[in-house]
Amino acid sequence: MPDVQALVNDFLNKLKKRKIEGSQATAKQTAELLRSVISQQRVPYTNQAGALIDSVRAIGEQLIAANPIELAVGNIVRRVLHIIREEDLSLTTAAVTELNLSTISDDDDDDGGGNQDDHPVLSAAAVAAAARSSLRPPSLQMLLEGAPEFVAVPRSSSSGGDSEGKSKSMDRNSRTRKLKHDVIEAVNELIQDITTCHELIAEQAVEHIHQNEVILTLGSSKTVLEFLCAAKEKKRSFRVFVAEGAPRYQGHLLAKELAARGLQTTVITDSAVFAMISRVNMVIVGSHAVMANGGVIAPVGMNMVALAAQKHAVPFVVLAGIHKLCPLYPHNPEVLLNELRSPSELLDFGEFSDCLDFGSGDGSPLLHVVNPTFDYVPPKVVSLFITDTGGHNPSYMYRLIADYYSADDLVVQRRHSAVN
Amino acid sequence: MDARRGSLPVPRVRQVGFFTPNAQPAPTRSQSGPPDSSSPPLSDSPASNSLSPVMIPPPRHHSDNLAAAPRPTSPLPVPEPSPFRRRGADNNNALLVGSYNPAETLLAMSPSSSHVGDGESEETMSGGWFRRSNSGKLASSLPSGTFDFSPVQSTAEALKPNKVQNPVGISEVSARPAPKEQQPEAPSSSKQPKPKLTKAERRALQESQRAAKGGGKSVAAPEEVATIKSVKQHQTQKKDAPQVAVSVAASERKGGDKSQEKERRKDAPAPRMQFDDKSRVEKAKRRSVVDQTEAKKRVELFRHLPQYEHGTQLADLESKFLQLDPMHPAIYKVGLQYLAGDISGGNARCIAMLQAFQQVVKDYSTPPEKTLPRDLTAKISSYVSFFTQCRPLSMSMGNAIRFLKNRIAKLSPSLSESESKSSICTDIDRFINEKIVLADRVIVQHASSKVKDGDVLLVYGSSCVVEMVLLHSHELGKQFRVIVVDSRPKLEGKALLRRLVAKGVHCTYTHINAVSYVMHEVTKVFLGASSVLSNGTVYSRVGTACVAMVAHAFRVPVIICCEAYKFHERVQLDSICSNELGDPDAIGKVPGRMDVNYLNDVSNSGNLQLLNLMYDATPADYVSMIVTDYGMIPPTSVPVIVREYRRDHLLI
Repeated sequence: MPDVQALVNDFLNKLKKRKIEGSQATAKQTAELLRSVISQQRVPYTNQAGALIDSVRAIGEQLIAANPIELAVGNIVRRVLHIIREEDLSLTTAAVTELNLSTISDDDDDDGGGNQDDHPVLSAAAVAAAARSSLRPPSLQMLLEGAPEFVAVPRSSSSGGDSEGKSKSMDRNSRTRKLKHDVIEAVNELIQDITTCHELIAEQAVEHIHQNEVILTLGSSKTVLEFLCAAKEKKRSFRVFVAEGAPRYQGHLLAKELAARGLQTTVITDSAVFAMISRVNMVIVGSHAVMANGGVIAPVGMNMVALAAQKHAVPFVVLAGIHKLCPLYPHNPEVLLNELRSPSELLDFGEFSDCLDFGSGDGSPLLHVVNPTFDYVPPKVVSLFITDTGGHNPSYMYRLIADYYSADDLVVQRRHSAVN
Repeated sequence: MDARRGSLPVPRVRQVGFFTPNAQPAPTRSQSGPPDSSSPPLSDSPASNSLSPVMIPPPRHHSDNLAAAPRPTSPLPVPEPSPFRRRGADNNNALLVGSYNPAETLLAMSPSSSHVGDGESEETMSGGWFRRSNSGKLASSLPSGTFDFSPVQSTAEALKPNKVQNPVGISEVSARPAPKEQQPEAPSSSKQPKPKLTKAERRALQESQRAAKGGGKSVAAPEEVATIKSVKQHQTQKKDAPQVAVSVAASERKGGDKSQEKERRKDAPAPRMQFDDKSRVEKAKRRSVVDQTEAKKRVELFRHLPQYEHGTQLADLESKFLQLDPMHPAIYKVGLQYLAGDISGGNARCIAMLQAFQQVVKDYSTPPEKTLPRDLTAKISSYVSFFTQCRPLSMSMGNAIRFLKNRIAKLSPSLSESESKSSICTDIDRFINEKIVLADRVIVQHASSKVKDGDVLLVYGSSCVVEMVLLHSHELGKQFRVIVVDSRPKLEGKALLRRLVAKGVHCTYTHINAVSYVMHEVTKVFLGASSVLSNGTVYSRVGTACVAMVAHAFRVPVIICCEAYKFHERVQLDSICSNELGDPDAIGKVPGRMDVNYLNDVSNSGNLQLLNLMYDATPADYVSMIVTDYGMIPPTSVPVIVREYRRDHLLI
């Protein structure tokens, strides 16, 4: 699979050089890359899922290391890992059910009578519970039926995906193709989801934007653009204030686009946010990533907007596609999940070069220029998240995230470093 | 009322009526009582009926007036609050301003006072009050010259003859010692009518007075007529010779009702020109020197603020240079500098303006048949409106103008022209020196005492006081770092950064969006202000509120450095109601960034608007401390400073 390696290296380069802009593009390309990795992966007869997981994880580590700030990469790697596990599990479950059915038929011969109806139902339930339990917390039904002893056994066998005894007992020929095929199908679905998440989010626009509303946004986000335009298409008329989002001035782009689509748009400087927020009904912004605690990594300046909105009790709504949900809890995100861009965006090098550049010499430079890319918005100032699955509270994000990732994958990197 | 009346000592009443210095201290409340009971009920009683609940000037002013009483100034209908409050009182004390009709003043003053803002209204009211009480007596006393009050008190018909005699009376009035002489007579006259007047009667009197006014006007002295015209154009007048002044004061008030209001709007801070009022904007346009094209696409929310196509004014002004002969070149130059943005920053603008005025005063010569104070004040007013057209005045400039006009108006008429001019010039110098230069020095001392070793100070934009604080602290050898936060479109922080780095201060530069990123390490935030309003709101460069808010969220103390002359009694809750709009095109263009050109071509599309706000209002909650020349105060103490030192600003 040299061509895959070439693809991976190419992508790594792009990530390292920050050539890929925007989490959606990154997410999509990551998913496509992983899909080709999976399809090229030669699957052994035993422990196919394990092999797939290992190879995806190996590449995932490289990708994450290439741009640790772009959380979408890690998210997609985890999502793919999760998909592999799920597909493997569903296959296993199917196989177990088959096995059970065969044992049941054996039982039928042995016992016959009243036990016949009861036993298969119970085992099917146990298997289903086991399937869920490996990925999700136990369901109420399972708790009610009180079959914890059934949980333990299948989980250990299925969750790692590398228990050989289990896979040996499977019908290998049918599973070999089936797993890979299913996984690729699921990844395709994921890619589809990523590309269409705008539409799903935008569909909800009319529920949130009313006539004559004044909306403030900062910087540029495709999701926000689609969201606002969707409301506009539904004949709502409202005004939009766009803070320009220095130093990248993406707000100009957004404003131009919005105006072209017929929305009343006003461009303001970032510093005027506080002055204007008192006349704004709602703040709608895009995000870079959403952390498990409901905190948001967003373009720089967002924390200021959020604080101003909180001061004036203006709802602060964050739009986030599913690929932006990150299962990690942030620690010191302003620094650790941030990236400092070139000072040239703020200052001309010519003007201050003599002050800036003796960092290499002995004394510390007289002048620092700080140009961060992201801001961390704590969950307490966020009023609402709108994802493709609907609106959610910041406090609910951890739960939403649990649906998409398996707990074993949360730390992609550590296991690797431990091995090394 | 009755109880009051009973309790009041008669002599006091008398004093009020007769302008002796000690008459003034009587609190208005008591004053409102006496008129019913005292001699000049003609004019007073109706007024007290309608106005007494509003007219309660603080007693302190009266005592002040007392001290200042002998000043021979004339009553000025100028809208400026404190100076004139005082002066009005003074006049009334010292001078007999008898020639105008009492009914007139009542009519003219009371409605106008209801229109003006708080500070002003106080002034006008008290002024009006005094005038009213005066006028009743004067109208009656003057004509005869013998201070015989009986005709006045009896009926309104008595007024008519008086009015006719006005011209005669005027000359007599000019003698200043008069009031004292009158005093002894007062008690008898004041006592007389007390029991007789009922409300209905008073009403009748007022009516008849009004009628009398019409008559009086028509008969009014020819010399008055001559002055009226000139007076109408000028808002503030001062007389050299008392004779003229008396008639002028009267005539001005006559013509004044409307023009007064207009003038008030022009330079008084209170009710600002609202630019969504079409008729008024039209009017203003006709008057204006600068031909400005209003921006076509305007943000709906800001229709009440002026917004002009940038650059249109400049070319137009330049072409008009030769036509504008009344404009002093110094004024013209400063105006152009405002327009082009060459002078910015509250202190710089204020100093430039004052120095231009100083130049004007130096080159000034009183035209024939005009008096220096009146003509000069009018000139300055026209210059001020020129400045306003170049760029809306800051509140600090308003305060400075108020000061200057007050000084001019207070010039002793006995001074020669050159003496007056030099006196004004030294006053201007003193204002610049004490209120700006020395105040800055005091602030720097206070503020730099708050800078400790190891501090990380955050500053926003470019404030000259803050810069001085930083440099001074650096000179003191304190070890600290400065984070300069900047914002578009002016990027004033760059210049500050350059100056700080040149002095060897360790700096970090960033833009306002990153303020939450850098706030973690900051220990203190130093901010400048364009003005501090009396509800503690800090009116400053746009973005200051954001910085203060983030600092507040991070529990970092916010220290505002602001000279006390920038304090203003106005209040403001948001940044929308009053603000200044900058050139909107500056938003679309990002200098030095060729890659950012999204808005180069679309700036004329219908849906897209660019908004360039210049200022914003920082709520008092975000401000930990305000450093002024009076010391370090919490924002809640601003109204105290404003109240306690307002007179001080004006008098120095």
